[in-house]
Amino acid sequence: MLGFLKKSPAGNTIEPETSRDLGWLGRLKNSLSRTGSQLGSLFSLGGKIDEDLYEELETILITSDVGMDASRFLLSDVRRQVKEAHLTEAAQLKDALAHSLLKLLKPLAVPLAINNQQPFVIMMVGVNGAGKTTSIGKLAKYFQGQGKSVLLAAGDTFRAAAREQLMEWGARNNVTVIAQQSGDAAAVIFDAIQAAQARKIDVVLADTAGRLTTQAHLMEEIKKVKRVIDKALPGAPHEILLVLDANTGQNALSQTKAFDDALKVTGLVLTKLDGTAKGGVIAAIAKSHPLPVRFIGVGEGLDDLRPFVAEDFVAALLGLDA
Amino acid sequence: MLDNLTQRLTGVIKTLRGQARLSEDNIQDALREVRLALLEADVALPVVKEFAAQVKQAALGQEVIGNLNPGQALIGVVHRELTRLMGEHNDALNLATVPPAVILMAGLQGAGKTTTSGKLAKLLHEQNKKKVLLVSCDVYRPAAIEQLRTLAEQLKIDFFASDISQKPLDIALAAHDFARKHHHDILIVDTAGRLAVDEAMMAEIKSLHAALKPIETLFVVDAMTGQDAANTAKAFGDALPLTGTILTKLDGDARGGAALSVRYITGKPIKFVGVSEKMNGLEAFHPERMASRVLGMGDVLSLIEDAQRSIDTAEAEKFAKKVQSGKGFDLNDFKMQIVQMRKMGGVSAMMDKLPAQLSQAAAGAKIDERAINRTEGIINSMTPLERAKPEILKATRKRRIAAGAGVQVMHVNQLLNQFEQTQKMMKMLSGSGGMAKMMRGMKGIMPGGKR
Repeated sequence: MLGFLKKSPAGNTIEPETSRDLGWLGRLKNSLSRTGSQLGSLFSLGGKIDEDLYEELETILITSDVGMDASRFLLSDVRRQVKEAHLTEAAQLKDALAHSLLKLLKPLAVPLAINNQQPFVIMMVGVNGAGKTTSIGKLAKYFQGQGKSVLLAAGDTFRAAAREQLMEWGARNNVTVIAQQSGDAAAVIFDAIQAAQARKIDVVLADTAGRLTTQAHLMEEIKKVKRVIDKALPGAPHEILLVLDANTGQNALSQTKAFDDALKVTGLVLTKLDGTAKGGVIAAIAKSHPLPVRFIGVGEGLDDLRPFVAEDFVAALLGLDA
Repeated sequence: MLDNLTQRLTGVIKTLRGQARLSEDNIQDALREVRLALLEADVALPVVKEFAAQVKQAALGQEVIGNLNPGQALIGVVHRELTRLMGEHNDALNLATVPPAVILMAGLQGAGKTTTSGKLAKLLHEQNKKKVLLVSCDVYRPAAIEQLRTLAEQLKIDFFASDISQKPLDIALAAHDFARKHHHDILIVDTAGRLAVDEAMMAEIKSLHAALKPIETLFVVDAMTGQDAANTAKAFGDALPLTGTILTKLDGDARGGAALSVRYITGKPIKFVGVSEKMNGLEAFHPERMASRVLGMGDVLSLIEDAQRSIDTAEAEKFAKKVQSGKGFDLNDFKMQIVQMRKMGGVSAMMDKLPAQLSQAAAGAKIDERAINRTEGIINSMTPLERAKPEILKATRKRRIAAGAGVQVMHVNQLLNQFEQTQKMMKMLSGSGGMAKMMRGMKGIMPGGKR
């Protein structure tokens, strides 16, 4: 039963040299290939569908952080398909699972649409170390690629050198960063929005300090930041992105709930999918607290944050040919 | 909120009732619940399976002693095994070497290495009276070096300046040389976050380790990590001779099953836990408390510590005297309780730390934070005399107070009812009985409880 520990952690399924040239989907697939290869070997056994196979399937879903609830849901859906379509071969189970997963994840694939609000204000929130600032750097590049002008607001006034980190991203992308020597997140972002209005900037990306959802006073503070943004520009922020680390386990659910309760989150960003973590927690979120997944991050490069496409994600997760 | 083990087991326990011993047959279902509870706490599956087997071994033949039921006996076994697995007691850092003693920090991106480096430096400087030097070898993440420099400045810890144009190995060696010449006791080396599958980066940290020969190589891991903690820990453990782990962000509401996975896979002790964003938020690891937390059994000890941290001692002593005598408990004290409850993160945060049975009992009271705010508002609308002597409150005063707080007279009456019950509770506490009686009366003591 300890089989997967023995064969996988050395990372022998991933070839770093070749991964550079594989393109976007290839890299996503590579990064998720561990789950895929587990499933691959399971389905290629060529046996009949039996209880052991289901249990094995459950094991794989759980080790991908899908969680008990969503795993059970997916399995019962697969069982239903097996019954309805009279499937008998183990190999057919893969398509059935892909189908169930896609049905679960498809509603989350709603890309972020930048309307003609000027500026379109995006507020980034999340726990400490999820990758908010790095994601902002990548998003700035992404929006520039779409011909939009971008301005960054250094709203993380708490962590040491968070401002400098964002300024470095700004310098790399040649984007203005509004920052203050010290002080209040809301004030910095307020300034940034005014600056963006004056300069006719298309998109404002507002960074905020990481906070654990149990810190009641910090959750109150971020609500205030949102209110102040609305004062600077009525109707803003137009998008509130919650950044989740793909390594996170079931706590991602409680993060999603807590931030959504506090702020009405409009979209999710799933970062750090380039390790061995599989981001299966997205399925758990889809099951119990669905929110659109706007972007996923699959590498450290500036171009490695891309819109979430459910078909690609499922195909990569299960090792299907897309 | 996740179901916790105690709740999960209650159903199974019914079938176990009346049996004197734990046997293969009667614990099968219960063990399945244990497995599920551990999985929901993000303990990695292979670890869960091994652990369940271990629990079974230890549980078989256990006699059900005293007035425990078999389920409780099993929880006892699980808790004991879990504590044992996590290392019985906490292991301190080993610093016995020719100075400077090098501490190398390793881990994934965003685990909290830099912040933890700062916290560790502060702790070693203040508690162990060591002369500490901090250096960052993170030449990749923008402003990572700047972050550590800022922290060092805040903490008044020596910092060895480095630059992103330098190679990490050169920085580390230069810092080591500097530390030796300037008689630092300890050198803490912060490194870039890296993925275990990134061969080039893993080779880099191996070379850092080979050159520095650190006496402590600490794996920094986020308490919120999911199933992948097992893989990451395995990969880091294979690449580096780790000496211990630091578990970060434990002040969140994650169960922290990753702690168990990492402990199990690396076989190395968890030495510290990060419990606050503040720079003093690094504490020694307590295996037994962690076991309770993973099992969702409540962390009463932390609750007590929270209380100690946030409650004004002088006020508390005054209050304790009142409770002891059972006299003189007035609305001022009632309000103070509310204020202090809020300081501890509100009622819901406290409930999370209570053991399942107690929090279930308390949940019956349907605590509504808004009702608590209202209660505070009503008390604020009273004169000092009224607060000290609630018995003088008659219809006209009540009307005035209700108008002042923007509520109905009915609410004022409700509050007074609750207050009277609390007063009774206080008297009960001062007599014999203690906790059990108090919990029975819990519904009354919670301001805002709807009865």
